[in-house]
Amino acid sequence: MSENVYIIGAGIHPFGRTDSRSGREQGVYAVREALTDAGLEWPDIECAYGGSAAAGNADIMVNELGLTSLPFTNVANGCATGGSALAASQQAIASGMYDLALAVGFDKHPRGAFNAKPSDYGLPEWYGQTGMMLTTQFFALKIQRYMQLHGISRTTLGRVAEKAFRNGTITPHAWRRSPVDLDTIMNAPMINDPLTKYMFCSPAEGAVALILASEKKMKELGADGVKIRAVSVKTRPPNSFEVFQAGISIEEGGKPTVLASKAAFEKAGIGPEDISVAQLQDTESGAEIMHMAENGFCKDGEQEEWLANGWTEIGGGKLPVNTDGGCLACGEPIGASGLRQVYENVTQLRGRAGERQVPGTPRFGYSHVYGAPGLSGVAILERE
Amino acid sequence: MGEKIDPNLWSDGAQPQLMGGRLPSGQVVFPMPTGDAAEGVEPYKLSRRGKLWSWTSQGFLPKEPYEGPGSGPGEGPPDFQPFLLGYVELPGEVIVESRIVDARLEDLHLGMELEFCIVPFNARYDTFAFRPVAQSESQAA
Repeated sequence: MSENVYIIGAGIHPFGRTDSRSGREQGVYAVREALTDAGLEWPDIECAYGGSAAAGNADIMVNELGLTSLPFTNVANGCATGGSALAASQQAIASGMYDLALAVGFDKHPRGAFNAKPSDYGLPEWYGQTGMMLTTQFFALKIQRYMQLHGISRTTLGRVAEKAFRNGTITPHAWRRSPVDLDTIMNAPMINDPLTKYMFCSPAEGAVALILASEKKMKELGADGVKIRAVSVKTRPPNSFEVFQAGISIEEGGKPTVLASKAAFEKAGIGPEDISVAQLQDTESGAEIMHMAENGFCKDGEQEEWLANGWTEIGGGKLPVNTDGGCLACGEPIGASGLRQVYENVTQLRGRAGERQVPGTPRFGYSHVYGAPGLSGVAILERE
Repeated sequence: MGEKIDPNLWSDGAQPQLMGGRLPSGQVVFPMPTGDAAEGVEPYKLSRRGKLWSWTSQGFLPKEPYEGPGSGPGEGPPDFQPFLLGYVELPGEVIVESRIVDARLEDLHLGMELEFCIVPFNARYDTFAFRPVAQSESQAA
């Protein structure tokens, strides 16, 4: 029987651009915020997991935080770095080995679209040389086909971005804090058809730290904890269609998001209808739309009606999605992005989200991160 | 004609074909695997005809390792030539990612008939692409 695990401290370094701090310094800032939130000191932390994609190793943070000799595992798992750090720290406590663990993710990327080396992904050089190795193209190709098959309009893509920027205006940690109207979004320069400039998130900077505790430790500290009901990380199954694929099987395969979502719901013993607030990977507008269905919140094609009726708005009636503006308004520092979603759900479930607080008393928060080379991480949190 | 961007990417001759591989299971993959992953995989010449599975446009200059127009020394975004790309389903074989040429974005649609061709890429290399099959020819086929 594994132990119950709670998040008792959550800290964030604002996302966006912070020229005065390195990625790791932003990580240290987030850890200190999380410690203060939990009412703890750094020497209380018994083990740590963390990393970044482009801003160095996390374990070096002990230089600033203190040389307490704790085991600190670097996580280098691309877009799932945060999700994997969360899963590892959750397991460390669930196993009964530790009572207090840290999960941290941070990053700092240069401006412009991500570039990737073909050899790092087992691909031939021509794939990169000829300009086909771009994550933005994958998302455009995936949503283009989805729109044709399931009747999703370009306006719906625009509405997703409009909502993201609107939520960003009321989120202190967001990067984009100004609203952008639907016309501006729709008429902006086309990046990869059907996606315009405002429908894509940008690489950015930021950091998030979460402190996890056993139930016993949480009670002893009298901490304000949110229970982790389920964490699930899945890589791609056979015949799936993922980022960076020169060839796809003609047999339609499974999807890592569907697998991670099902596994998480099964572990938690609840269904999509029980979720009060969701943070879904929105690398671009189309991703949020497709991930609504892949995570089981609606059927393929129903997103058209959901967005037209504002059902994913805060207080929109069905399921608030990406309440802090998601990747579109916060940007995507790869190592921190998945943990930002969990941070936002902790904030919402504790009722501390201020202007962007989901009304009522949200009980279950759902987060979903997706990235190269085809992996998904889902976490379900509960306010008991 | 320039050099092939990869000597093993397509077959030589008047009617070149993209090179895929056939796994022991019978499944056809693209590209042909290399190194240890090629063991037991038979080189397989892919069909020159297919149907459009999805598409997009590339509207900005990609970063390295892109080597097309705009990437050279002293060049930049103004030298970039936007292009179309997509996935083409080769019936019974595999769906391949490719440049799409001789077409306008607004003409592209699911299931559109396309054919394989070789196109100039930069000052040194040629690459592969798919282009729409002419209407009359499409009906004849």
